[in-house]
Amino acid sequence: MAAALGTGGRGQEAGQEKQAMQHKDPIAPERAEELKLKAKYPNLAQKPGGSDFLMKRLQKGQKYFDSGDYNMAKAKMKNKQLPSAGPDKNLVTGDHIPTPQDLPQRKSSLVTSKLAGARSTSILIGP
Amino acid sequence: MAGVAGGGGVGGSNDFQWCFSQVKGAIDEDVAEADIISTVEFNYSGDLLATGDKGGRVVIFQREQESKSRPYSRGEYNVYSTFQSHEPEFDYLKSLEIEEKINKIRWLPQQNAAHFLLSTNDKTIKLWKISERDKRAEGYNLKDEDGRLRDPFRITALRVPILKPMDLMVEASPRRIFANAHTYHINSISVNSDHETYLSADDLRINLWHLEITDRSFNIVDIKPANMEELTEVITAAEFHPHHCNVFVYSSSKGTIRLCDMRSSALCDRHSKFFEEPEDPSSRSFFSEIISSISDVKFSHSGRYMMTRDYLSVKVWDLNMENRPVETYQVHEYLRSKLCSLYENDCIFDKFECCWNGSDSAIMTGSYNNFFRMFDRNTRRDVTLEASRESSKPRAVLKPRKVCTGGKRKKDEISVDSLDFNKKILHTAWHPMENIIAVAATNNLYIFQDKIN
Repeated sequence: MAAALGTGGRGQEAGQEKQAMQHKDPIAPERAEELKLKAKYPNLAQKPGGSDFLMKRLQKGQKYFDSGDYNMAKAKMKNKQLPSAGPDKNLVTGDHIPTPQDLPQRKSSLVTSKLAGARSTSILIGP
Repeated sequence: MAGVAGGGGVGGSNDFQWCFSQVKGAIDEDVAEADIISTVEFNYSGDLLATGDKGGRVVIFQREQESKSRPYSRGEYNVYSTFQSHEPEFDYLKSLEIEEKINKIRWLPQQNAAHFLLSTNDKTIKLWKISERDKRAEGYNLKDEDGRLRDPFRITALRVPILKPMDLMVEASPRRIFANAHTYHINSISVNSDHETYLSADDLRINLWHLEITDRSFNIVDIKPANMEELTEVITAAEFHPHHCNVFVYSSSKGTIRLCDMRSSALCDRHSKFFEEPEDPSSRSFFSEIISSISDVKFSHSGRYMMTRDYLSVKVWDLNMENRPVETYQVHEYLRSKLCSLYENDCIFDKFECCWNGSDSAIMTGSYNNFFRMFDRNTRRDVTLEASRESSKPRAVLKPRKVCTGGKRKKDEISVDSLDFNKKILHTAWHPMENIIAVAATNNLYIFQDKIN
């Protein structure tokens, strides 16, 4: 619902907090949720908006591959089968050296959108 | 009156009733990632409606003209053109995968028979020209009708080729490619009111381009700290003022908006105005900053106000008042007590957009469970509607929805725990002049119109 002119969301929450205190439950909903989260993840960093969090956002799309590691692994494993990746093929970091079979296939992007296809439905409105 | 019983009651000074008009897209339960709609935008006249998806494709719908032969198709949007705008790429130098997902589409004002739009993915902006061809030249001298070259020695007479009508063909061609100007991921593009320049914004920088020039862009905002350890906020959205070509705004992940004037200095790192709502320090929690992050900023058509969307609310700001918004609308306040699970399933990072109606009297934004919300700024009434196949009957008036927050759930209400958080409406668009709205529900595009339309 629309708040009255001039009151922000936080103003409303402070009001809630006051009400809650009267009912012997001193914790505002947001704080209660925070406690829940901290209980589940005790090692959670204190500053969620801090630089680690933002850095993760900035690094979206980064794939890690070292050709030296790859070739060395190939040479070592010449006679053995390379272990294939687990279920999550998108994660090729860490101990597993990616092989061409593991990498997600580049998507073929030449399929027409279904929005433009024959299967879209249109329902006419009358006059 | 139409406040609750009718299908809305929001949308202007009269009570409008929102009715289902059309739905586009497949009905399968299994949604391919590529089909997820990532942007929806009407052009300046509202005759064209463009959508972009995660597969890098653009589909443009055109509104049918009223005609005596097909009276029932008045106002129906049908496919006009579709093309592959962006393809997936891999930057080998940086080992970076570049998604083909279309982040934003912005139309250029129409200046001739062709239509132009800008579409962007994370790294590259493209200017597309969409033009119609309905005539074909016939009767060439040097080639025959199949296009094969004729033997010049066999030609004994000259003729003038004639233009003959042909079936309408709509062609899309990329006219400009604006690449390699963004290290970080582009979140916004905005065409300037001068119709010559536009801006593109990524997490840390904003660039100014000229529509004719692709090999250069001018950096106007740079918030990258010298030491990345000191990074505290990123740019989340940016837009040019609708009338003043020297003014633009950008929003941040900390819930602030900066208005910049390009006349005051070449590099607009110092803002002209700084909009921030004071926070009650006692109510601060782990989630405060995350939910205050602004996911969208839009100027009103009048240019007097701007609207911002954060996780739980929409705020309207008067450009003349920086210390607090003039109006705040709660979108889904009941989620405040669910923030822990919304953080765990990443929904707390969902980026909802918002939009104004043509007269700036109403605003709209999406929510979960395929719900979307509309607020009438004059009457202060609000309504929750749903984009679903169940209410997709011809001329069906949309029934208002209600989420029950606790205690006894009334019939027809839905409890917060039953909401489907995978059905998010992130992208909505309002026709620039009429009461027609387009709502993207994952892979389907719904079009609703008001009954009186």
